Amino acid sequence: MHTPLRSLRWCFFACLAGLFCLTAAAQTAAPAAPTTDERLAALEAYVNNGDPGKALTGVAGPGHNGWMMTSAALVLFMTLPGLALFYGGLVRKKNVLSVLAQCLGITGLVTLLWWAFGYSLVFGSNFNSPFLGGTEYFFLKGVTSAPNTNYAYWVSQNVFAMYQLMFAIITPALIVGAIAERMKFNAIIAFVTVWMFVVYFPLAHMVWGSTGYMNGVWNGDAHIPAIDFAGGTVVHMSSGWSALLLCLILGPRVGFGKDKMAPHSMVLCMVGTGMLWVGWYGFNAGSAVAADGIAANAFTTTTLATAVAAFTWGAIERLFRGHASILGFCSGAVAGLVVITPACGFVDSTGAVIIGVLAAVVPYLACTKLKAAFGYDDALDTFGVHAVGGTLGALVTGFLATASVNANLTGAPAVKNGLAKLVTDGGLWLAQLKAISLTLVLAVVSTVVIAYILKAVIGLRPTEEVERQGLDINEHGEEGYVS
Amino acid sequence: MKLIIAIIKPFKLEEVKTALAEVGVEGMTVTEVKGFGRQKGHTEIYRGSEYTVDFLPKVKIEIGVADEVVAKAVGAIVKAAKTGKIGDGKVFVTPVEEVVRIRTDERGEAAL
Repeated sequence: MHTPLRSLRWCFFACLAGLFCLTAAAQTAAPAAPTTDERLAALEAYVNNGDPGKALTGVAGPGHNGWMMTSAALVLFMTLPGLALFYGGLVRKKNVLSVLAQCLGITGLVTLLWWAFGYSLVFGSNFNSPFLGGTEYFFLKGVTSAPNTNYAYWVSQNVFAMYQLMFAIITPALIVGAIAERMKFNAIIAFVTVWMFVVYFPLAHMVWGSTGYMNGVWNGDAHIPAIDFAGGTVVHMSSGWSALLLCLILGPRVGFGKDKMAPHSMVLCMVGTGMLWVGWYGFNAGSAVAADGIAANAFTTTTLATAVAAFTWGAIERLFRGHASILGFCSGAVAGLVVITPACGFVDSTGAVIIGVLAAVVPYLACTKLKAAFGYDDALDTFGVHAVGGTLGALVTGFLATASVNANLTGAPAVKNGLAKLVTDGGLWLAQLKAISLTLVLAVVSTVVIAYILKAVIGLRPTEEVERQGLDINEHGEEGYVS
Repeated sequence: MKLIIAIIKPFKLEEVKTALAEVGVEGMTVTEVKGFGRQKGHTEIYRGSEYTVDFLPKVKIEIGVADEVVAKAVGAIVKAAKTGKIGDGKVFVTPVEEVVRIRTDERGEAAL
């Protein structure tokens, strides 16, 4: 029977239940709704490239993300076609395609390695090791558009992974210059495959990984509190020193010292140099992993050092040889870019100009005097420009770095590992010297071991007949210029 | 009939062509060639590497002329191509046995 009293009782229970549900909902929803202050702080963090807190987790910031996608494309542009044309113009006509093929082949190969293991071994963390990253990002598993806050608050992790991939591509491609015109394509591919695992991945983690052995700026537990903004040690020293050893093990080109081995197209070489310079803005300014003030400073120092080095190299030639050559200007520009690389985010404009002058003088002497004295056939001067320039840059950074352009040099991790003290009191160059030595030993020893094993197993050089005829026809079945 | 072969500095080609036209020479064959005489080669330096280049670029002009034109044509070439510096080139004159104009099958001086 339906009485009014019973209806009233039902009504009361229903209201109680509703009220309960409402409070429960309010309790679960409360943390998901940030206050206006928190939301404002998150937006300020976006502008300052800082931690957005809970109000904006898992979201990439459009400006920073946009700059990093642009930078990644610029760094790829350095290899394809920048470096390919720079090197391609410097070889003889019969070998121009072999250089292009090597750059393209390395791009494809390293991309596969990076996707499968490389990114994780460099930027993973589950090994908790100063020498290698971890396994959690194998096959880019879990690498999404959400930022990895170990490295950047506002950049999608997939963008960060692609950006870093471009560095992994250009580094082994630089080696090609020293061994140009005389190494079998399959031997190069095999060498690079092993070299990436033994030299590049560990070294990149040591310098840039959050638990890295010599990541002075970001790892409070770094054993060597050294700094390397965009890859003086990781990219240029590692490739340059490896290139020298590989070039020595291979021996000189057939006819070296007797035949004319002049560049077949200084025009292509100059075009490539211009592309390298433009692309290098992504390399250096992009290494801030944000579109912030540090990136702006790196952009400025990169411009100054490169222009000064190009002009100085040309001037040295004009003074001591009578002609300022195109190859001189190009070499100066590339040397300037190489030497400013580790320093660009840590030095001011005066430091950049000093670096520009040094970048011309020291590699010039390496490419002309040192090479002539020892007689090694560093075909396109990878050692003279990249190894000497990279080493010089890493060392000079130790003298010219200043916290006035990059507050991270005295940030919390830097205070903990001693970097901050070295920057303010001096002595950073000693830490840099340690990082240089470690890089040098790793690159040299690994290259010797890998090269001799490959030499025994598959052989490194083509036959003399193939070398005389040219690698293009024999290794790739094509000619660069069909008349 | 004679064949005049002149090896000259490439930048003098236009002047030589004009001078030959003025003395009535109506056609010529021009080839880009390389070679050296007393001028020898030159040195190119690419960063640390020096190369001696023996062969310098020159232009070779070939013209077939009637005997009475030879002196004027050679004079015109020498005058126009001369800079007075080493490497100005040479002019060779050789006899020609026969000339055929392919289009009309004309022979001898009529074919020039």
